[in-house]
Amino acid sequence: MENITENKLNNQNENSTNEPILQLRNVSVSYAPGKKAVNNVSADIYPNTITAIMGPSGCGKSTLLRAINRMHDLYPKIETTGDIYLKGQNIMEMNPMEVRRLAGMVFQTPNPFPTMSIYDNVLAGYRLNCIKLTREEKDEIVQRSLMAVALWDEVKDVMNRRGSFLSGGQQQRLCIARTLALKPEVLLMDEPTSALDPVSTNKIEELLLDLKKNFTILIVTHNMSQAARISDNSMFMYLGDLVEYAPTRQMFTKPQHKKTEEYLTGIFG
Amino acid sequence: MSDRVKFSNVKKRAAKDKIVFGLVCLFSFLSMIPLFLIIWEVVSKGYKNFNWRLFTQVAPSSMDALIAKMSGEPIPGGILNGITGTILIVGMAVLFTIPLGLFVGIYLSEHPENKFARTVSYLTDLLQGMPSIVIGIIAYIWVVKPLRSYSALAGSVALTIMMLPMVVRSTEETLKMLPRTLKESGLALGASYTSVIFRVILPSGFGGIFTGILLAVSRVMGETAPLMLTALGATVVNWNILKPTSAIPLLIWDFYNDPNLVDIIWSASLLLLIVIFLLNWIAKIVARRWKI
Repeated sequence: MENITENKLNNQNENSTNEPILQLRNVSVSYAPGKKAVNNVSADIYPNTITAIMGPSGCGKSTLLRAINRMHDLYPKIETTGDIYLKGQNIMEMNPMEVRRLAGMVFQTPNPFPTMSIYDNVLAGYRLNCIKLTREEKDEIVQRSLMAVALWDEVKDVMNRRGSFLSGGQQQRLCIARTLALKPEVLLMDEPTSALDPVSTNKIEELLLDLKKNFTILIVTHNMSQAARISDNSMFMYLGDLVEYAPTRQMFTKPQHKKTEEYLTGIFG
Repeated sequence: MSDRVKFSNVKKRAAKDKIVFGLVCLFSFLSMIPLFLIIWEVVSKGYKNFNWRLFTQVAPSSMDALIAKMSGEPIPGGILNGITGTILIVGMAVLFTIPLGLFVGIYLSEHPENKFARTVSYLTDLLQGMPSIVIGIIAYIWVVKPLRSYSALAGSVALTIMMLPMVVRSTEETLKMLPRTLKESGLALGASYTSVIFRVILPSGFGGIFTGILLAVSRVMGETAPLMLTALGATVVNWNILKPTSAIPLLIWDFYNDPNLVDIIWSASLLLLIVIFLLNWIAKIVARRWKI
């Protein structure tokens, strides 16, 4: 994308480093031979920013996001090509399990593990990876993670209840806490608020702005106003192509491409 | 053409509805009659000998029963050897079936598109329709012949083959109903496939899987034909898995063939009926309690 260089992307960490935390290089994903769902996408994501990925249904935004934590490896028919560097390391050459710990993912529908308590859900990443912890370490991780998602006060007295006991918005924050507990480098969020009511959505958005201080967030959203509210930079994808990648404010005021403008003004979508 | 769609013969159609609804009720009622008659037969004839002896004594010999009958006393003895035999044979069959059934069920639910999985699935259906006597003969050839003895083990093998398709199907269907994101979110935490299967997927599907196992047990508990060719039967309590062993349905068959013992058939049947009823009842509770 030639205009990436033209428009300087928002970078929160300007004084410390200018190094991108995540670099996508010619990433393509195909579900069937010859049919590319994501076509040759290259982009740099800077630390401590929120990057929104927008576009109409089926444009490949979720597919691109799922390439970053090697989720496509689960389905043998899906082919991913290109390189993705996370802190300079090529994740295509790493063990997928290690990649997924570094790039945490939050899904569209809140899905706490139904057989685990709230406490165990936060620790699920450690449990499932057979990482032994002392009681104090566990308590510390649970409290820190739940505080980070502003859920601690609401659930500290019901730690032993099942995760499904909580409301939808609380469940989604629990899922974010579960991901944060493993201290990932980037947070990948696949339409995390699309199954939630406006009040819960608002809470999650505030939470993301807060989490930005410590994490780098990539969020797929079909909600343009959400992207405008919370993101620093925005990507607009169409038919698998990354059409435009620019600071959000600029994209919403002066889109460089006709397609972007048409999408943002609601001509199609 | 007028603008409104007119319904003609409203009255006639209402009458037709009533007739069809009446038929639905009538046939439901008719199908219940034989069931009630069977339960009535078993309970009314079985309760007389349904006592403590039934659980503590082995099946009586034909001569003892004849003598007791002549002197007007109730038939001595019980079906202890059958009860212990059923516990041994069915228990072992459950131990064999659970790992096999779970793994096949997991495989089928994980790879529905796979050609091999589809073949396995098809064969599972076929196995479910196999006559139980054929399975008995197979177990005879596989186990009884090489070991040169009828045994509880051979009986368990036969029952395992019968239970397997049921457990595979129920496991597969249960796991297919779990949301796909459950597995993905486990893996997204960096967990291994094994860890996700054993710590997320199987616990989440526990209710359905356990119910399937209980129903399979209650289904094979009354099986007679496959046991006749494998466990054979025994007049004493036997816990040795390599020796001939009795079972409740085998005793019922024996009693039927001996005019002096006919009276305990109904007590043994009543016991079997009660246990199967309880298993079904527990299965319902588990399914409700562990629903996700």
